[in-house]
Amino acid sequence: MPFIPHTEADVREMLAAIGAPDIEALFDEIPAALKVQSLAKVPEGLSEMEVVRLMRGRAKQDEAILNFAGAGAYEHHIPAAIWQIVGRGEFYSAYTPYQAEASQGTLQLIYEYQTMMTRLTGMDISNASMYDGATAVAEAVLMAERSAKKGPRRVLVPESLHPAYRKTMQAIVELQDIEIVTLPCPDGALDPTALDAIEGEFTALVVPQPNFFGVLEDVDALTDAAHARGGLVIAVVNPMSLALLKAPGSWGATGVDITCGDGQPLGVPLSSGGPYFGFLACKKEIVRNLPGRIVGRTTDLDGKGGFTLTLQAREQHIRRAKATSNICTNQGLLVTAATIYMSLLGPDGLRKVATASASNLRALRERLLRIPGVAPLFADRAHFHELALTLPKSAAEVVEALAAERIVAGVSLGEEYPQHGDALLVCTTETKSDEDFELLAKALERVLG
Amino acid sequence: MSEIPGDLKFLKSHEWARVEGDGKVTVGISDHAQGLLGDLVYVELPTVGDRVEAGNACAVVESVKAASDVYSPVTGKVVEVNSALSDKPETINEDAYGDGWIFVIEAEDAEQLNELLDPDAYAELLEDEDH
Repeated sequence: MPFIPHTEADVREMLAAIGAPDIEALFDEIPAALKVQSLAKVPEGLSEMEVVRLMRGRAKQDEAILNFAGAGAYEHHIPAAIWQIVGRGEFYSAYTPYQAEASQGTLQLIYEYQTMMTRLTGMDISNASMYDGATAVAEAVLMAERSAKKGPRRVLVPESLHPAYRKTMQAIVELQDIEIVTLPCPDGALDPTALDAIEGEFTALVVPQPNFFGVLEDVDALTDAAHARGGLVIAVVNPMSLALLKAPGSWGATGVDITCGDGQPLGVPLSSGGPYFGFLACKKEIVRNLPGRIVGRTTDLDGKGGFTLTLQAREQHIRRAKATSNICTNQGLLVTAATIYMSLLGPDGLRKVATASASNLRALRERLLRIPGVAPLFADRAHFHELALTLPKSAAEVVEALAAERIVAGVSLGEEYPQHGDALLVCTTETKSDEDFELLAKALERVLG
Repeated sequence: MSEIPGDLKFLKSHEWARVEGDGKVTVGISDHAQGLLGDLVYVELPTVGDRVEAGNACAVVESVKAASDVYSPVTGKVVEVNSALSDKPETINEDAYGDGWIFVIEAEDAEQLNELLDPDAYAELLEDEDH
């Protein structure tokens, strides 16, 4: 059901029906002292024309940029069909499907999304999405702790997990008295034997794949090592990479317990950092600890098939303070885009995109390594579509210099990983060509020369 | 009018307690409670060996529209749980005082049972609730 605004006549009629003089009267319960009388610091509103002009001006700074930055948000081609379909009123303005009878379309879409995510990740059940990858990881940790009941309240996290995800997780998780133990990854990935040095119990090990450096972790060994110690395993994955890499449900002997990550690569535009959506999926045994909405399939009184929100007793509107999470919404629009993207491309299409991205990285790497002084930071590691490079100059300098030529050279790692000098993280997807690599290489040669 | 067996003790929060002898107390929820909750779909049982305190929640019963905590009537250790409820939570709806028992506690202090409501007092409570 699309959103249809009220006319003034509608409003008057409804007010008359309930006997209220005006809308303001509906807020009478709020003490006058708490009501904000005016928003003095908020400037006057702009007209649509003024806003369009303002935004067009700002958009110019993003025009014609050759982009080699990844670091959690990836520039994939989004077929025009996707946002055409997503723009339909029923999808675009649909609200939370609490009333099943009026929301079958939305509910079916979420159900299809959940099904696709379980297939992609190899997990039993997926929820309707989280706000983003970072909070999805935080919620996964809280979920692991709940599943462990008398848990150790201690989580092992490799430094190869995205720094923004680690900070977000820390902010949320430490408030609940859960200790985060950060494991160093001097060689670009977590060494499975590093767990031997950890004494005592831990609730879960977080395993990114690929990790922030674009490097592939030894996921089977890590999964088995954590399980052998009685810990759960939380996989943080790039959903696009799963078209080529082993699904987390098949890692190690028994697969991971929880899988999460950011769904941005699946048909969601970069949009200067968001909005994106997080995904969260798990094994059947712990589904009652899964936060967020879950859509299920059922039959109505007449025996006809339909969809509805299910296992709602986990959620706030029933369980209040004892709910699995305070999340009460999801990123519906982006989930819609991702579902349509996955439907249009199918497993073969996704595989093609992932393969093209990975093989493009090989071509980019080969070209860049011909530049004197440019070397891979982790030469012996396998990568997906991102690679960290050491340069003769600091990455920050290089990024700034190339920005003047409207090239985003990559992401400087100096602030987050100073132990590696100031390395440059470059990414390429299927959207780049050999000509683009040549442009980047020539620009780098100019700056480094 | 819901059923209220004469040999049980009750909590205001609608749990019943049956003294088994040798310090053990069986606990469940009343017929009135199961009626209010509706068809039960899940029961979260305590773990055998858990220590529970009188008045603290130690189990959860869940229906399609609500999830309610089940409070322990006495302080003690959980010695048995009704695992059959995992597959058939609706047993509580069908037989709240019999097969629908939820857990058994080994009470630390038998005196605590005297503080619970007897069947008449519980019946009165239900009548007051109706008004």
